[in-house]
Amino acid sequence: MFKAIIYVTLKESVLDPQGVAVQGSLHTLGFANVKEVRIGKRLEVLVEGESKQQAEEQVKVMCEKLLANPVIENYTYEVEEVA
Amino acid sequence: MRFAVPVFPGSNDMDAVHAIEDVLERPVTAVWHHESDLSQYDAIIIPGGCSYGDYLRPGALAARSPIMEGVQKAAEQGKLVIGISNGFQILLESGLLPGAMRKNDHLQFRCDIATLIVENNQNPFTGHYQVGERIRIPIAHAQGNYYCDEQTLAELKKNNQIVFKYVDENPNGSVEGIAGICNKRGNVLGMMPHPERAIVDWMGTSDGVKLFTSMLRYWEENGGAE
Repeated sequence: MFKAIIYVTLKESVLDPQGVAVQGSLHTLGFANVKEVRIGKRLEVLVEGESKQQAEEQVKVMCEKLLANPVIENYTYEVEEVA
Repeated sequence: MRFAVPVFPGSNDMDAVHAIEDVLERPVTAVWHHESDLSQYDAIIIPGGCSYGDYLRPGALAARSPIMEGVQKAAEQGKLVIGISNGFQILLESGLLPGAMRKNDHLQFRCDIATLIVENNQNPFTGHYQVGERIRIPIAHAQGNYYCDEQTLAELKKNNQIVFKYVDENPNGSVEGIAGICNKRGNVLGMMPHPERAIVDWMGTSDGVKLFTSMLRYWEENGGAE
């Protein structure tokens, strides 16, 4: 069994209104030195398979087909073998 | 002219069904999303709502369901496809229209009547409107902040694909105030406002009627037979 940890983030060129709102609240709390907040997603996917390489290839396709929207998002992932 | 309204878990499909029945008095069928054959229909209206609870991204899961094969095929054949609100998000997620939706820039869900300007009446959906006509159409969304990169925007302009823009106030922060776009061929329209909720005066506006009558006229003028 393999566990993939996938991070989906907005591309740098895309404004993140949630991040801007959270930044405002951090400023309200006194963290005046906060310059930017950007919010993304973390997904955990457990897959059965023969090899880590096969799992990585599958996860890449999953990201491209569904988990990330390539118009506005980037993705990265790490795959590790789990018991 | 036969209409199909795809139904996903969480769709507001009956608004679209009633609009076709009441405005056009043509047969309309709500079709469950497991069905992939839409060949018997002349037009498809992908309704609003929150398909799959807007999980992952609005429209993302619906865009990968079997019925979208039928929608893709219909679009390729030149049949009329309109996606309203969540339906627009689904068309973007499926790649039938370019761009993507972001959360509204103010992060609020907006339920209101928006004023739009008709940018283009050279497509099957807006033939009965005048270019520059101001129309009032309801909106109800949290993620209608249309985004595309500059190259795509230039393409949209060059090909006359921007169909509706918000005027007076942009309710969500969309690029250039875009409220609705079509594909290059013109037979696939996506829009955040709800024309199907603007068909009789007690709704506050009936400015959506002409969108449906435009579709019917286009179909009749292009060889459609009952």
